[in-house]
Amino acid sequence: MALLEVRAVSKRFGGVTALKSMDLEVREGEIVGLIGPNGAGKTSFFNCITGLLPIDAGEIVFLDGRRRLSGQGPASILRAGVARTFQNLRIFKNMTALENVAIGFHTRTKSGLFDAFLRTRRFRVEERMVFSRSLELMHFVGLDGRGNVTAGNLPYGSQKRLEIARALACEPKLLLLDEPVAGMNPVEKEEISALVRRIRQKNIAVLLIEHDMRVVMPLSDRVVVMDEGRKIAEGTPESVRSNPRVIQAYLGED
Amino acid sequence: MFGALRYHLGKSPLLQVAVYLGPFVLFPILDRNAYHVDVLTNVAIYVILAMGLNVVIGFAGLLNLGYAAFFAIGAYTYALLNLHTGCPFWAGLPAAGTVAMLFGFLIAVPSIRVRGDYLAITTLGFGEIVRILFNNLDTWTGGPNGLLGIDRPTFFGYRFSVSPVPYFYLALVLAAVIAYLLFRLSDSKIGRALVAIREDELAAKCMGVPALRIKLYAFGLSSFIAGLAGAVFASKQTIVTPDSFDFVLSVLILAMVVLGGMGNIWGSALGALVLGTLPEILRGFAGYRMLIFGLLMILMMIFRPQGMLGGALIRRELRPRHREPRDGPA
Repeated sequence: MALLEVRAVSKRFGGVTALKSMDLEVREGEIVGLIGPNGAGKTSFFNCITGLLPIDAGEIVFLDGRRRLSGQGPASILRAGVARTFQNLRIFKNMTALENVAIGFHTRTKSGLFDAFLRTRRFRVEERMVFSRSLELMHFVGLDGRGNVTAGNLPYGSQKRLEIARALACEPKLLLLDEPVAGMNPVEKEEISALVRRIRQKNIAVLLIEHDMRVVMPLSDRVVVMDEGRKIAEGTPESVRSNPRVIQAYLGED
Repeated sequence: MFGALRYHLGKSPLLQVAVYLGPFVLFPILDRNAYHVDVLTNVAIYVILAMGLNVVIGFAGLLNLGYAAFFAIGAYTYALLNLHTGCPFWAGLPAAGTVAMLFGFLIAVPSIRVRGDYLAITTLGFGEIVRILFNNLDTWTGGPNGLLGIDRPTFFGYRFSVSPVPYFYLALVLAAVIAYLLFRLSDSKIGRALVAIREDELAAKCMGVPALRIKLYAFGLSSFIAGLAGAVFASKQTIVTPDSFDFVLSVLILAMVVLGGMGNIWGSALGALVLGTLPEILRGFAGYRMLIFGLLMILMMIFRPQGMLGGALIRRELRPRHREPRDGPA
């Protein structure tokens, strides 16, 4: 079953073409690696899927085509079940770690301004739910006991985990990770790989951009290679590794 | 003992309201000088206004330079309702807030999408338009002469009179209720969403926070509070004229919020108390009064830019950012 289907998506910035008729499919519970040289258009592609950039042509659909994502705003795409992290951390640095995760529950709770003023039953029940679930997620990503730390004061690796926990709080069916292990040491990279596998066990599909082949190859069920805004190869990690077009894209023409 | 008090204060907004605003209940009893009570009544109205403006500036991070307009709309709403329909104060109070809020939405909906500076200019223009309209729509607003003979409130048979004492208590109670509700707001889902939007609007949107709607809430609530203050002001003065609501008032309230510490509810109240009473305290300096007043504000901004009670959070946010994260369009 195709969870996410991207059909012939194009995106131009003025004269520069970032995406040229890009296709992609992610099935339920799958881990898909998205690799490619710098400037291949990977992050632009993520921005198009999550609604931060409007696409010029093509179509993006979700849940076996039942839900159209192209043309929607970031908030409604999130509600449909697509959450993401960012290449350069975008956590809320001055909020506590736990509050960061709690933000992810925003669309799952219903209480509004008057519930907050009157401290209605609904408000109290939801607040308790949000914070206990946030604590569970902190535990899930391995940040036990760090809830009250100001997020900006956490070490880099923990901030990366926090961002994943915040995205998981949105209860996504598909999680987009933009370079989750960038800047980490080998031990941390192994831990994040294990975390991604545990996320998949929750039946959440993962699409990840990653440059480190030692991480992305063993982790992915399928690898998609991009170059100059288009898909140049797709398949199992082994088949991609030996694909001449991929080698050419990475090493340049002779 | 003080350690324990501090701990409980942090936990309970109700206790904070009691400890910080409670002692003022004694003021009219201890100081029987009607002029002093009158000054402090105006200060209490400033406190309400500053706390209201803080919702937009401190919580939502939006600059509103026309806040006096919403105060004016509240005052004129009660005045017009009262003069034409005999509407009593207690019905006029929420009506004034509601009308001010509607105008708040009217100005915010088209302009809140753009970045800070543009909203500041839009609100600045709106503030001037409102004042000029009240000045020129003679048939309805009495023009520069304003509206006269507005009813004073009655409270369970007790009729408010020239004495400022009941108005002082009215404004104090209103300030206490608003402060308490704002604490509840800031410690809630909406309060957290506001901080998140201020920190990184793009990331907040990607986490499903409807940034525009939440900013609109803040703007509407802020205008509502100004409207309430306007009704209290109109009933106290029994006369409203356009020149009570000029640009200088907007700037003064802004200065109270900034001086007290943006985003801090008690900071806004303290800023209002200081800037409201300082000109009176400095009366001894006669002609140099406003000079000293201005000098104190400049020194304050140089040596404590986060304001009197501005916390670490505002200090960090005020620090210029050297590097904006690059992924995702701005």
